[in-house]
Amino acid sequence: MRSDLFLLVCLIVGGTIFGAALALNNDYYFFAGYVVLQYVVLATGWNILGGYCGYVNFGSAAFFALGAYSTVAMHKLYPLPIPVLVLIGGAVSGIVGFGMGYLTLRLRGAFFAIATLALAVVLQTLIVNWDFVGGSRGAYIVRPEAIALFGSYIKYLFLIMMLLAIGAITVARLIERSRLGYGFATIRDDELAAEASGVPTLRLKLIATAISGALMGMAGAPFPYYIGFLQPSSAFGLDYAVNSIAMPLIGGTTSWVGPLVGAVLLGSLQQLATVTISSAVNLLIVGFLLVGFVIVAPNGIVGLVQKYIRHRPAGQVGRRRIEADAPGKVP
Amino acid sequence: MTATMTTAQSAATAALLSVDNLGKRFGGFVALEGIALSVKAGERVGLIGPNGSGKSTLVNCICGALQNEVGSVTFDGHRLNGMNAHQRTRRGLSRTFQLPRPFASLSLADNMRVPLIYTVAARGAAQGAPAIEARCLELLREVGLESKAARLPRELTQVEMRKLELARAMAAEPKLLIADESMAGLTRSEVEEILALLMRLNAQGVTIILIEHIMSAVMSFSQRLVVLVSGRKIADGEPNAVMRELEVERAYLGQ
Repeated sequence: MRSDLFLLVCLIVGGTIFGAALALNNDYYFFAGYVVLQYVVLATGWNILGGYCGYVNFGSAAFFALGAYSTVAMHKLYPLPIPVLVLIGGAVSGIVGFGMGYLTLRLRGAFFAIATLALAVVLQTLIVNWDFVGGSRGAYIVRPEAIALFGSYIKYLFLIMMLLAIGAITVARLIERSRLGYGFATIRDDELAAEASGVPTLRLKLIATAISGALMGMAGAPFPYYIGFLQPSSAFGLDYAVNSIAMPLIGGTTSWVGPLVGAVLLGSLQQLATVTISSAVNLLIVGFLLVGFVIVAPNGIVGLVQKYIRHRPAGQVGRRRIEADAPGKVP
Repeated sequence: MTATMTTAQSAATAALLSVDNLGKRFGGFVALEGIALSVKAGERVGLIGPNGSGKSTLVNCICGALQNEVGSVTFDGHRLNGMNAHQRTRRGLSRTFQLPRPFASLSLADNMRVPLIYTVAARGAAQGAPAIEARCLELLREVGLESKAARLPRELTQVEMRKLELARAMAAEPKLLIADESMAGLTRSEVEEILALLMRLNAQGVTIILIEHIMSAVMSFSQRLVVLVSGRKIADGEPNAVMRELEVERAYLGQ
């Protein structure tokens, strides 16, 4: 499907969801939907580095928080409309992502993961000690009760996050089908062979860390307006780090569909658990699902579906090979 | 058009590749020392030596996977020192790996696509999607893998994997191809197949350095033989003459 057509379909689907939520006439759906959409952006952003390139980033929370705290800082300096704040948050996180990439991309596997975790700890320490944005006490962001055109403010936030999610998915899909996407895939598969084929691996990795960081920052930028009171422990919450890794892994990391499916599924499940059981059970659900998927379906839901499609045409004897079902590599 | 220019260029400098006084250490271990090597355009050179003699290290230094501390590598009139591997590939230096390293998540056709869009395109020959598609299949056809274009590398046999490796190196349209043990572990007829493939490439004008343990293959392929032992070059010349040299026999055949 052509990209403009794809975008159109996304917008129609997004509009339908928005309309449906309006029809239900209950602000709760906007509050819950916002969180799910926020995870779609976060998971899609994470997947550009973690899924496409195979570099597992444990510092998602840091990028999310950077976006959120850019908003807090801007809010104190000069109040701007949220779409502008999203761009600023994205820029800040993108630049930090680029810097992180420059410093750590010589590391691979677990070492890279640990370095990104360290980045999150360092940033959190900085924020805790920075009084201007509230320090360890936190900062209040008083959002207007209502806004023109939308009525309640949460509808406005929901719509912004919806557009962000559509934007993130479109970007991910574009990358996947471009020269850049093939380059990212070779980095995931074999960097030495990639270089030998003429792929400038370092440059591509820097592009990936910057785009990935920017998207995760954009996901965090409207967050202070959503939550109303931002403190370091909520912005740097474990939920973001764990979910942004678990959602793509459960959905499938090799295409844009995976993070979307994973985020919608896990995000909704967590929202459901929050109102029926308790929000404390959320991470437990994610943990169990993650362990289950890594064992049973290491390529996620998308991988399962692809496998099913591939094996469906029956009667073609000789074409089917006995595959030593190599347990797919978890990037 | 560039082909004629580079031919003229390399004729002027005589050598397509020249390695001068190259040295590489890993900590206290001297892997290569004082290596001098010159390869003319169109030549078929065999590079042999016992395990651990530094053959692969030399290839890595020439291709940029490793950087040498001492000495220089000049290719097609340009000094390569300090250049990344991908820059060297774009200048026309391709290699295969001792153990095949296919892009495991990409189909065979897409394995061909990567050097096409990253190396050939970077040289300025921008092509449309259908042309690239056709070229991918053409490359696979040359090594007899066209029917498996949509398959993943893990579905291939050992010899097919070697062919894929060669085809991907060829996709970058190199001036010099370094084939690092492309025949190890293959049967006699498979060795013949790969040899025929390399001869065909050479006939198309590609200079080839062949690293191999199968002596019959090396002897029938090479116009010149270079021998490495313990990181030093101990012989360089006409294959039969080199083989007669006692030192070589002692070091390599253990007699």
